Amino acid sequence: MTAFDYIEIKVPAKPQYVGVARLAISGLASRVGFTYEEIEDLKIAASEAVTNAVQHAYSDDKVGEVILGCALYEDRLEIVVTDHGQSFDFEETKKKVGPYQEWNEDSPLREGGLGLYLMEALMDEVKVDHGEGVIVFMTKYLGGERGEDHVKPTVFS
Amino acid sequence: MNLQVEQVDKDLVHNLKIAGEIDIYTAPKLKEHLAKLDKSEGMEVELDLSEVNYMDSTGLGIFVGFYKEVKANNGKLIIKGLNQRLYRLFEITGLSEIMDIEQSEGGEDHDSI
Repeated sequence: MTAFDYIEIKVPAKPQYVGVARLAISGLASRVGFTYEEIEDLKIAASEAVTNAVQHAYSDDKVGEVILGCALYEDRLEIVVTDHGQSFDFEETKKKVGPYQEWNEDSPLREGGLGLYLMEALMDEVKVDHGEGVIVFMTKYLGGERGEDHVKPTVFS
Repeated sequence: MNLQVEQVDKDLVHNLKIAGEIDIYTAPKLKEHLAKLDKSEGMEVELDLSEVNYMDSTGLGIFVGFYKEVKANNGKLIIKGLNQRLYRLFEITGLSEIMDIEQSEGGEDHDSI
């Protein structure tokens, strides 16, 4: 397992905190070293996931909390967004999520089709799990699409 | 995390200048402003987004909904002043093919918060 710094952000599942979560992601993305454009992509993708969680919480008529678990690697940023307000084991949660094609018909995320589409387009990888609440897992690599072998640039390249 | 909408009508064209961030928090305000416009046959609406520094699918959804409404009245909707980032969102989602959208001159990005 590669080393990473882990940061967890917890906000109430209310519309006014989506922007706050977005700003936090922006700061972390800048720490990893993403470009301005990539940071904008990350902000939108993270907002989409949090927005979904907020909408989900509202339709259930109970205001819970949204947790954004962020793992900062040397070459990528992984974000897990959950809407059940419980702290979670990042690595365990990661193992549980499947590819987005496996979303079932009753998925609350289906309503936000446009948001999902954007997450897919702006991130390198997006996975979703429906267990207790919804979990979205997404990854963005530095320098665009993940390379075949993660060729590390040298000082001379 | 704010949104301002200013209505500067010219002749019979509704001209709305939108500034700030469009997300789930500010969406109701934007929707309210768009809903206030009288929906007459052949209505013409211009939305200036040159001062919008953040938008996600919530905004796209609102504009798509409004576009449908305007079309139902045989009207015309122009969304203008899009910076590169915003334009890209319309492009990725394929909406740029359907809707009448214009990029801002120079295509300079606005600083985002």
